[in-house]
Amino acid sequence: MSYLSIQDLTVRLRNGLPLLRKVSLDVKSGEVRALVGESGAGKSMIGKAVLGILPRAARLTGGTILLDGEDLLALPPKARRQRIGAKAALIPQDPLTALNPSRRIGPQITDRLVDILGWKRPEAEARAFELLEEVHIQSPRRVMKSYPHELSGGMRQRVLIASAFAAEPKLIIADEPTTALDVTVQKQILKLIREMQERHQTALLFVTHDLGVVSKISQSLTVLYAGKVIEDTGVRAFFDAPQHAYSKALLAATPKYTDPDGSLMPVPDNIIAAVEREVAAFDAQMNE
Amino acid sequence: MSDLIYQLKDLKVSFPDLSQKPLLGTAPRTQVLKGLTFDVAKGDVLGIVGGSGSGKSTLGRTMIRLLEPESGSILFEGSEIAHMNEDDLRPLRKKFQMVFQDPMSSLNPRRQVGGIIAGPMRLQGFDNLSARVNEALEMVGLPKTFTNRYPHELSGGQRQRVGIARAIALRPDFILADEIVSGLDVSSQAQVLNLLEQLVRDLGLTLAFVSHDLSVIRRLCSRILVLHQGEIVENALTANLFSNPQADYTRTLLDAIPLPDPNQVWE
Repeated sequence: MSYLSIQDLTVRLRNGLPLLRKVSLDVKSGEVRALVGESGAGKSMIGKAVLGILPRAARLTGGTILLDGEDLLALPPKARRQRIGAKAALIPQDPLTALNPSRRIGPQITDRLVDILGWKRPEAEARAFELLEEVHIQSPRRVMKSYPHELSGGMRQRVLIASAFAAEPKLIIADEPTTALDVTVQKQILKLIREMQERHQTALLFVTHDLGVVSKISQSLTVLYAGKVIEDTGVRAFFDAPQHAYSKALLAATPKYTDPDGSLMPVPDNIIAAVEREVAAFDAQMNE
Repeated sequence: MSDLIYQLKDLKVSFPDLSQKPLLGTAPRTQVLKGLTFDVAKGDVLGIVGGSGSGKSTLGRTMIRLLEPESGSILFEGSEIAHMNEDDLRPLRKKFQMVFQDPMSSLNPRRQVGGIIAGPMRLQGFDNLSARVNEALEMVGLPKTFTNRYPHELSGGQRQRVGIARAIALRPDFILADEIVSGLDVSSQAQVLNLLEQLVRDLGLTLAFVSHDLSVIRRLCSRILVLHQGEIVENALTANLFSNPQADYTRTLLDAIPLPDPNQVWE
């Protein structure tokens, strides 16, 4: 049974322009699903819609989001926020903007436990300490007293992972959490996310544009173009034989040092034109 | 001699470590580049690779004298530029240009693309600016109509092309590209890399390409310099580096690259 189930999700700009076009996808507990696409494909927008943090200019115009079997969009706003806060969390892209530069790390992890879940301060602090150990931070006590600028990029991302897992959410949305990191740190962070996700049996929706990262972290993936699902498949099936021509082109554009001549190929114009036509036809059908 | 564009010898760069600065007095200095020696041949495409903090960007910026080294020598086309003053450097600057990592912060948001590309040429006293701007745009595959666009109207890949156009418009001998594709998604990344490859060929450029990603570098570069904590741990031809990496750190870097292949398993 899926922990997160999205059906026909449609998000539009206020002027009616669609950002997401009837997107459907499922993530089971303990499953990692990657959301893949170029910039502007709507991959981050899906996570934002689920968490109820769509930008002002966008609104949800159709579809259902089931979280743990409950229809989020049918709930009154306050109850919806409460459910999302208790059951889901976000690992953001840029750890420097996600952390408040003028506050110490400790309170930034415990706030959520104290304010939203009503924990007592000492209890929350003990939990934060435990979490920082769990994400392999050597000296948790010192880190809790540090300010964000005193930590390296990789350390900051570890703190945000700890913070995301703090309230034992059963769904985590990770929005390109490693794009700001260099490859060796990226490897450590991907392994850490995978380890935490397996231990806590979390459903994980992992947003990325890098198919190399997809093959390391996820079991299934959804390829998006212009807010429309292009392909929805298992990771092995995808890398063995992507079905859609656009998916094939995306795979050929991905750098692969073991195959310098068969990688880093720009997506050909005729493939873009074909997928654009497909989206237009889908729109015509959708507007009927 | 004539086929070398750069000769660097025992290059050292240090920065003051302000976190250790006593209240009165000067801050102790942190050594960022610890005596680097290497040459760059004309027409080479040199990849400079390393993790964050390895000194790769500092090295690039010192080569084009945006930074002054502490000691050591930098011969550019035979002239010593390590400690040359700004007045003497200015006429040389048109020969070495840079493309920056973040095209949003390196393009003035209040100026149109035409003005951005013409800016450095105006300072260097070039004439026929609008013809040169159009030519540069054409070389990077952007339509002439883009001269009247503002940076925010462009996509990431297009902005990066404008940055490249600004650099090549001066017809430099050497271009430093610092992580110029790391902010782009895979398909724009592939386009920009192909464009660079073509420009190097057509214009006979020498290029230094700074990146943390060896798989991006493999396609483009003829020689690779691997930096770790301010030292060169490997300096090899691209083919040799990939088939037979010598340094442990190079192997660590290679191993950390996520290949689009579920059969590659990380320990």
